[in-house]
Amino acid sequence: MARAARILLNVPSIKKDFPILERKVRDKPLTYLDSAATSQKPRQVIDATSDFYGRYNANVHRAIYELGEEATREYEGAREKIAAFIGAQDSREVVFTRGTTESLNAVAYAWGLKGPIQKGDEIVTTIMEHHSNTIPWYFVKDFKGATIKWVDIDDEGMLRMDQYDDLITEKTKIVTVAHVSNVLGTINPVKEIAKRAHEVGAICVVDAAQAAPHMPIDVRALDADFLAFSGHKMLGPTGIGVLYGKPELLEQTEPLLGGGEMIREVHLGWAKWNDVPYKFEGGTPNIAGAIGLGVAVDYLQGLGMEAIRAHEMEMTEYALKELGRIKGVTLYGPRDVKKRTGVVSFTIEGAHPHDIASILDVKGICIRSGHHCAQPLMERFDLPATARASFYIFNDFEDVDALTAGIKEVQEVFA
Amino acid sequence: MSASQEIYQEQILDHYKNPRNKGPLPDAQFHGKDSNPLCGDEVVLHVRVDGSDRIADVRFEGQGCAISQASASMLTSIVKGMPLDDAKAMKKDAVLKELGIPLSAVRLKCALLSFHVLKKALEVPPGEN
Repeated sequence: MARAARILLNVPSIKKDFPILERKVRDKPLTYLDSAATSQKPRQVIDATSDFYGRYNANVHRAIYELGEEATREYEGAREKIAAFIGAQDSREVVFTRGTTESLNAVAYAWGLKGPIQKGDEIVTTIMEHHSNTIPWYFVKDFKGATIKWVDIDDEGMLRMDQYDDLITEKTKIVTVAHVSNVLGTINPVKEIAKRAHEVGAICVVDAAQAAPHMPIDVRALDADFLAFSGHKMLGPTGIGVLYGKPELLEQTEPLLGGGEMIREVHLGWAKWNDVPYKFEGGTPNIAGAIGLGVAVDYLQGLGMEAIRAHEMEMTEYALKELGRIKGVTLYGPRDVKKRTGVVSFTIEGAHPHDIASILDVKGICIRSGHHCAQPLMERFDLPATARASFYIFNDFEDVDALTAGIKEVQEVFA
Repeated sequence: MSASQEIYQEQILDHYKNPRNKGPLPDAQFHGKDSNPLCGDEVVLHVRVDGSDRIADVRFEGQGCAISQASASMLTSIVKGMPLDDAKAMKKDAVLKELGIPLSAVRLKCALLSFHVLKKALEVPPGEN
C-alpha cells in the first residue's frame, strides 16, 4: 500500500477544488491519469469563464462601453500573468492562439511557407515530436523543398545530443524540439539545443505543451525564439493556447490569419497590420478561455511550480517502482526521475494497450492507449502502441495503487 | 461476473488466444486489408471461392487488440461455407450479435474492422455495408 507522500502539495485539499473528481464513473470513484492529454479543471477556472459570460461578456479592444473595458482589462490581464509565468520580458511577447498546434503552425507558416526558407534549407527536429510539431514542417518540406533532419534517441529515450554536431549545418534555418516528450516524459536540454541553433543563425522553436504545466519555464533562460503551449493541459479551458516569441522576431513574423483585430488600416488593394501581438489575433479571440487560463496560472503559481515539479517527481518515482515490480510490464523512458516528468508509458506482455485501457476503464481509471500522435517514435521502439498514465497535482499514491491493481486484473484476464 | 469480464468474455478470449483460420491462403481469389489507425489494429483477409460460388476457405492475418483479432477469427468461422452472395449481403449486426458484448463507439471500430475488410475483399461498394 501507499506510504504517505512528503507534503509538497496538499493533494486532499487540491482534490476538493476539482468538481469532476467528486463524480463516479461506472459506479467507481474517478481515477484520472490522463492529464498529458488534457488536465481536469479547478472550480476557480470554471467560475472565471462562467463569470465572463454571466457578468461582463463583450468583445475586446474596441467597445467604448463599460463591459467592453472590463472584458479587455481581464483579457489583457491574463496576458500579463502568462508573460510573468514564463519569464517573458513584456506581455507583448505573448500571443493567444487556439493551442500548441495552432502556435506551431503559425511559426511554420511565417518562417517556412511564407518566410525565408529556400529549397535545400534544413529543419532539424527529433523523432520524439508530437505530430503537431512534425506535420507543419512537412508542409514546409513539401511546398518549399526544405530538408528535414531527425535527431534520434537512445534506448532509454534520451536525445542523442551528439547527433546535433553533424545534423546542424550552415544550411540549418530552424531547429525544433519538444521540451518534454508526450510519450516518454523525457525532459530535453532546450537551452543547449537553442545555443547550437543560434551558432549557425537558425531559430529555435520549442513545443512546451508537456512542459509548461509541470515545471518552471523561463523563456529568457532557455533563449528560445518561439515557444508554444496549450491552456487545457495546465488547468485552463480548451481552445486557448500561447505562442511566445522574442519581440524582434515577432516583429518580422507574418500573421497566419487575416481580419478583425490584426488590422491597423485597410484600403482598396492594401492594408497595414496592427502591432504585435494583436496582428496575430485575427478574429474575435477566445476571451473566456484566455481569462480562464490566467486564473489557471494563478492557481499553479499559488501552489508553486517547483513544488508541483517535486510532487510529480515523487509520483513518478513511486509509479516506476510499483509498475516495475510487476512481471510482464515494460516501462519506457528514462529511469531517473530528474530526467523526466510524470508521463509513464508502459506495455503488458500479451495484452494490447487498447484492451488494457478498456479493462482499466471499467474500474473507473482513465489512461490513454495508442500511438499518442507520435508514430515515428512508436516505429523507433517497433511498437504499434503503448498504454500511458500521466500524473498531475490532483493525483496521489493511491491513484498509482489503483493503477497497479488494475494492471494485475488485466494480467488475470489475459493469463 | 466482474466488470471486465463483461467485455472480455470467455469466447472472445478464446478466439483471441486460439484464433481460427489464421494464416496465409495461397490459392485465394479475394484479398482485403485495412487498419485502424487508432490502435494500430491490422487485418488481412484471404477468401477462396469454389465452383458453386461458395466460400470454400477463408483465412485472416493481422495484429492488434483482442476485440479486433477475436472478431476477425469469429468472422471467418461465420462465413466459411457461406454462399458468396450471402457473404456480400451480410449485415454488420450479424458480427455484433456473434460478439454479444457491449461496445463503445471507439471499440466498435475494432470489432468491425474485419467485417469491413471482408466487404472490401469481396468488392462490395462502400455504403452497402
